[in-house]
Amino acid sequence: MHSPELLLRMYRKMVLLRKFEERAGQAYGLKKIQGFCHLYIGQEAVAVGTHEALRPDDYMLTGYRDHAHPLARGADPGMLMAELFGKATGYSKGKGGSMHLFDIEHHFYGGYGIVGGQIPLAAGMAFASRYRNEDRVTVCFFGDAAANQGAFHETLNMAAKWKLPVIYVCENNRYGMGTDIRRVSAEPEIAKRAIGYNMRGESVDGMDVLKVFELVKECAIDCRKGRGPVLIEAHTYRFRGHSMSDAATYRSKEEVEEERKSDPIPKLRDEIVLRKIADDAKLDAIDAEVKKECEEAVAFAEASFEPGLEELQHDTWVAPGEADQRPRERVRGVKVEWPSYPSGDQLKVSWELEPKAGHLSVVKEGAKR
Amino acid sequence: MPTLNLLQAVNDALRLEMRRDNRVVVMGEDVGKFGGVFRATAGLYEEFGPERVIDTPLAEGGIIGTAIGMALYGLKPVPEIQFSDFIYPAFDQIVSELAKMRYRSAGQYTAPVVIRTPFGGGIKGGLYHSQSPEALFIHQAGLRVVAPSNPYDAKGLLLAALRQNDPVIFFEPKRVYRAAKGEVPEGDYEVPLGEASVMREGDQLTVIAYGAMVHEASQAVEEAASQGIGCELIDLRTLWPLDIDTLVASVQKTGRAVIVHEAPRTCGLGGEIAALLQERCFVNLEAPIRRVTGWDTPFPYTLDEEYLPLAPRILQGIEDTARYVA
Repeated sequence: MHSPELLLRMYRKMVLLRKFEERAGQAYGLKKIQGFCHLYIGQEAVAVGTHEALRPDDYMLTGYRDHAHPLARGADPGMLMAELFGKATGYSKGKGGSMHLFDIEHHFYGGYGIVGGQIPLAAGMAFASRYRNEDRVTVCFFGDAAANQGAFHETLNMAAKWKLPVIYVCENNRYGMGTDIRRVSAEPEIAKRAIGYNMRGESVDGMDVLKVFELVKECAIDCRKGRGPVLIEAHTYRFRGHSMSDAATYRSKEEVEEERKSDPIPKLRDEIVLRKIADDAKLDAIDAEVKKECEEAVAFAEASFEPGLEELQHDTWVAPGEADQRPRERVRGVKVEWPSYPSGDQLKVSWELEPKAGHLSVVKEGAKR
Repeated sequence: MPTLNLLQAVNDALRLEMRRDNRVVVMGEDVGKFGGVFRATAGLYEEFGPERVIDTPLAEGGIIGTAIGMALYGLKPVPEIQFSDFIYPAFDQIVSELAKMRYRSAGQYTAPVVIRTPFGGGIKGGLYHSQSPEALFIHQAGLRVVAPSNPYDAKGLLLAALRQNDPVIFFEPKRVYRAAKGEVPEGDYEVPLGEASVMREGDQLTVIAYGAMVHEASQAVEEAASQGIGCELIDLRTLWPLDIDTLVASVQKTGRAVIVHEAPRTCGLGGEIAALLQERCFVNLEAPIRRVTGWDTPFPYTLDEEYLPLAPRILQGIEDTARYVA
């Protein structure tokens, strides 16, 4: 049985992701956010269920629909909104914008604008943690369309061969922009592709935060034990368009209405009420708190300045003697913890990569559904 | 001081840095047990083991993408792309992820990957084992691009590249991998990135070259000297960021310049150097800046010597430029 604290924390996070995105959508309509903006509304159970199943020092990367993942990890909503607004107080001083959020303090290593570009990077990060004999896990999200990229296949082969502690979570929301994934995939059940790489493949209801939580938790234990990578296909659905400019000609209103019935937030709310963990009044109070937090985030972003012209040239290369920039120190003036790595002479390499005689593949489950 | 060829110098640098720094990991196709297709990584697998000298699948995009992840996470990966002609499957990872990491995170992190790759023609490799794609990487902000011509510079530049925090594409001139020999100090030293080398002083004409073509330019400059044309020969060593000050100082003195590279002429590095020089030395110029380069064609098999800007073509360029009267 899940603890009341966990359920309430998940509820609060999912509401935060939802309300943040609703505010971002409004701000886009008012032209406060420009360019491209991809909302996560509908998919909250995947990011929140996964994050809650991990340790805070595990690593996370995702694609371009990336506002939710750093929020779930605990990033500052005001600074995230400021990045969307293109302000100097954003996580990347407004140089990245919506699709390229980073928050290393919370071990969120980026949203990536090239579809599937982050998939091999995650394997490299997992390699480094094996190399250093740490038990950290790297989680890499991507969409259904990314599973048709070459990078996906190249990386699964390497990650499985080297038994890397990486969990690949495919957020299958059924559409690559405006194309139904079944129209362009010879095998639309993405979890099945794990079989070809001799790795564990799992499929899960991505609209159910507790199911996602349970599966990722179990997979992370496997990963930490050195049993190799896992491919999870989370079946989910985005209630809004691919981006803010989406005519939605590729799916019917009826389909969207039908899918809205499996909205993950009311589902968890019902569970909480049923188990008498909190009543409607308490949950409404959480909603109101989160709403205020998101309003403050928008106000902070609006009140912030745009980056100065000097930022155009800065950060192309590492300036001589320059240390890594810590965004919350720069913007909020608070001291933050920053990941540090052993120097070359402190580092001990204790991992054995080469298969030994008689070595058997640990994971043989293959894909399940 | 031992005499090494360029391959041995690269091997020496990798070995030295791997002994000094456990974060350094060599990876690529055939780099481990096989020792590398050119033997650049020979003996490293035996000394450092399969965890630090990693035989990867044949998947360039995967190799570079994985290396970027390793570097984000505090390692110092040195992926080898077996021939620079094979780098294109990894081009997306290099351009979209590697080059932009620092900028788009606004300094939160960097990915100090050093990609080693042999480049250039002259080994009868034909279309896909001969090309010089350096300009494509110079065109991407955020990458340092290096191309040594001799063993001393190769070792010193590689060590310097491994000890700084930007991504580097390290082009090795395979035509002279074994032919270029020279004295190389046994221990530790660095050749700083971003500094060209004036190999020979002269006051009538400046010849600018890099990689394998430095040796051809050197022959041409010797020949020109016997005709009474005193050339200054500059080896760029680091292609980007360019040591423009050294080039400007030379051309202000000589008033004439010939730029040599194997890569195709159009949109090559030579065009950029010519533009930079005319911006800075317009009043000093006594002749149009001349480019002696590869042709705007795919790289041919039989006619590879004709494709390359070898010494006779460079000498012709020097003579024409030296004789030019406005």
